[in-house]
Amino acid sequence: MTTVTTIPDTAHGHGDHDHAHAMPHGWRRWLFATNHKDIGTMYLVFALTNLFAGGTMALLIRLELFQPGLQFLRPEFFNQLTTMHGLIMVFGAIMPAFVGFANLMIPLQIGASDMAFARMNNFSFWIMPVAGMLLFGSFLAPGGATAAGWTLYAPLSVQMGPGMDMTIFAIHLMGASSIMGSINIIVTILNMRAPGLSLMKMPMFCWTWLITAYLLIAVMPVLAGAITMLLTDRHFGTSFFSAAGGGDPVMYQHIFWFFGHPEVYIMILPAFGIVSEVIPTFARKKLFGYSSMVYATSSIAILSFIVWAHHMFATGMPVTGQLFFMYATMLIAVPTGVKVFNWIATMWKGSLTFETPMLWAIGFIFVFTLGGFTGLICAMAPIDIGIQDTYYVVAHFHYVLVAGSLFAMFSGFYYWAPKWTGYMVNETRGKVHFWSSMIFFNLTFFPMHFLGLAGMPRRYADYPVQFADFNAVASIGALGFGLSQLYFLLAVVLPTYRGGKKAEAQAWEGAEGLEWTIPSPAPFHTFETPPVIK
Amino acid sequence: MKLQRTFTLCFAGILGFLLSPLSYAYNDMPGGPAVRQLNFAAPVTKIMEDIHWLHWFMMIICTVIFVVVFGAMLYSILKHRKSLGHKAASFHESTTVEIIWTVIPLLIVIGMALPATKTVVAMKDTTNADITIKAIGYQWKWGYEYIKGEGEGINFLSTLSTPREQINNLEEKSNTYLMEVDNEVVVPVNKKIRVITTADDVIHAWTVQGFGVKQDAIPGFVRDAWFKAEKIGTYRGQCSELCGKEHAFMPIVVKVVSDADYSTWVSAKKKELAALAEDPSKTYTLEELKDRGAKVYAANCSVCHQPNGKGGGAFPALDGDKVVNGPKEGQYQVLLKGKNAMPSWARLSDTELAAVMTFTRNSWSNHTGEVIQPSDFVAARASIK
Repeated sequence: MTTVTTIPDTAHGHGDHDHAHAMPHGWRRWLFATNHKDIGTMYLVFALTNLFAGGTMALLIRLELFQPGLQFLRPEFFNQLTTMHGLIMVFGAIMPAFVGFANLMIPLQIGASDMAFARMNNFSFWIMPVAGMLLFGSFLAPGGATAAGWTLYAPLSVQMGPGMDMTIFAIHLMGASSIMGSINIIVTILNMRAPGLSLMKMPMFCWTWLITAYLLIAVMPVLAGAITMLLTDRHFGTSFFSAAGGGDPVMYQHIFWFFGHPEVYIMILPAFGIVSEVIPTFARKKLFGYSSMVYATSSIAILSFIVWAHHMFATGMPVTGQLFFMYATMLIAVPTGVKVFNWIATMWKGSLTFETPMLWAIGFIFVFTLGGFTGLICAMAPIDIGIQDTYYVVAHFHYVLVAGSLFAMFSGFYYWAPKWTGYMVNETRGKVHFWSSMIFFNLTFFPMHFLGLAGMPRRYADYPVQFADFNAVASIGALGFGLSQLYFLLAVVLPTYRGGKKAEAQAWEGAEGLEWTIPSPAPFHTFETPPVIK
Repeated sequence: MKLQRTFTLCFAGILGFLLSPLSYAYNDMPGGPAVRQLNFAAPVTKIMEDIHWLHWFMMIICTVIFVVVFGAMLYSILKHRKSLGHKAASFHESTTVEIIWTVIPLLIVIGMALPATKTVVAMKDTTNADITIKAIGYQWKWGYEYIKGEGEGINFLSTLSTPREQINNLEEKSNTYLMEVDNEVVVPVNKKIRVITTADDVIHAWTVQGFGVKQDAIPGFVRDAWFKAEKIGTYRGQCSELCGKEHAFMPIVVKVVSDADYSTWVSAKKKELAALAEDPSKTYTLEELKDRGAKVYAANCSVCHQPNGKGGGAFPALDGDKVVNGPKEGQYQVLLKGKNAMPSWARLSDTELAAVMTFTRNSWSNHTGEVIQPSDFVAARASIK
């Protein structure tokens, strides 16, 4: 789209620039980016970098755990790795990647020319590399990075060295970035939809991000509170979490998990949104139960606020507390199940093809549901007493976060990459990536269910010899999974940006939605005149 | 293509190297995990039987739901393909269906919650215990105090007894690797034991899988749990809340014995503790203190400061250290109050502290010739508040 519009382009502040010169070049294009496509791309590159960094840490962990005994790493460093692997994957990989997808796709899907606050968008992104450097830099602090687990429980985290303070600062920055990003997303979705595009006509991906953005605004400040209290306990003489001073270590857990539980829904709802876009396209059938899906997503979001203490069943809550949190947690299974059924009903009697995005989406449903079942099992407080802090929990959350969030992101990448790059992604290579990821993922994490039931605790640098075989299998699986992602980068992502079969505007036969009405690759400026939806 | 070939070759090589350890044969741990164990530990208490039952109940329901739901999806994948010529239908909503598949799962979930509720309530009822034992989590060992019931007054520390050589791969690992201690908790069979948990420094967690018990040990707070073991035997668990670098090295071992054996153990243990209870007014020779000190050092200090006193990373070398070679007050301060990452060791007895301080001041290249007596620590405790 290179026609010059006669309507002043105030959303971008370009004034009366000729569009042939409107796109900046060189480093300024990126440092001063206000274009949602550029910012979205930067978020995805940042997230992929962190995926490999966190993944390397995971491989080091699995290397040490390959055999019983301490072979390569000292236990204190091992726990720095487990902590940073968690923080980097959650805050550096998954969350920024979903924000990247939001930036790239929301304006296109609602027919908006860009995000509502383009300059704040730039600031939201550029905070992240600074925060990332602080987080990584903490390895070099005296005493190394914090080794208190990504959950940073007091009083252990109060004992940690300066690496902990760097982490606290980094998390504050990332939280600010998320909050600003969420404000941007909410205002964009509520105010900048094309005329005629009512909320109940908008793509599910936008709905899930709208809801996720509200969750982020509600809970990131709570995390900020928790880590600030940690900071003052560490350096300014407070005793929020120290019994000796009248405080309570368990209060940290309450505050953290009040953030933490909605956080995991923040990490999965956009994934649900992506899958809800992909499945109808490759089933050539509209999403089944659109309004149900909206209500189910909203119920999940609201329920996510009242279940946090299911992470604390072993802390010594009174009976009423255990029961309430058990019941509330089990309730979340209901709307989640509704979503799974609606996806399958979308496939049912469709006209299915199985290109790579569809493989990932179907794979997601299969493996995420397994994770959902183990979550339901963890929700049963008596069972949780047996598996809390064991590898069963590690298996559960990796199933929902890796096989859930990450696989959905891969689905979204393969789905929308033609729109971003203008080229179709090589199908064979996509399938290699999918099948090797699926196989190695399950090889890595399925044995962990057995390890957890048998009693192997988490965050252990060494373990009784009877756990050796399953640990060895998991380590081999992890290596394969990691190599599959390297294959993704080198054999799929980089070549796709360089060339391939040209993509149509509507790259997929069954695709519907405003993003498929513009050329592939999407021009720098799109929807400068909003389309009218009937 | 070349890239793919290279990947395959690298991968095959790595796989070959990695598969080698699977040939080691280990046996099941008595009272602990079995090799390649797939399910929970065998239940030793009624509560654990309930937990086993609940878990099978959940597994069966989830498997049935899985088969039905993914059966439908698989059917759809096979039959509703464009390549088979299947044309897409146009339905995209049905309120009836939505209600059905909301209500049925809701009923299933309520059905699951009912038996679980019974067990939760039972697990929380710690009243009317026969024996009460306090478990205190330390970085990185457990302390036990028998505070009520037969055995009252017994207290001891329970430390990992796996030799460091096994951990550092210099020796073959035993079948109770990492789940063996010097002093086991002993309880009588078929008696309700209430375990009160607390901690001295950070949060730990006390657990024995076979009993179905897990309870966080929180510094400055007391929590409790209970179990009634119905089988004689030795049962094991591991600390279950990240507590620092030796989190993996502070296991729990509980020996369940008959009533008669328990009474025998109680009197024997009381005698043993009385003998060990040291008179802090006793004086010892340099050699006696160094001998004792070497043992205390190996059990408590060498983990961070290394057996050769050279430390490493964040842990200073004691060999040639200025506090160790300097005025005694400096070292009393560090031992009794801790410093930075080093916790306070005030819980050791005066004799143990005197011994280890004498040992450090007269070992490696330190030759102060100083002898610290237990009474010195009595005085130090009084003056250092």
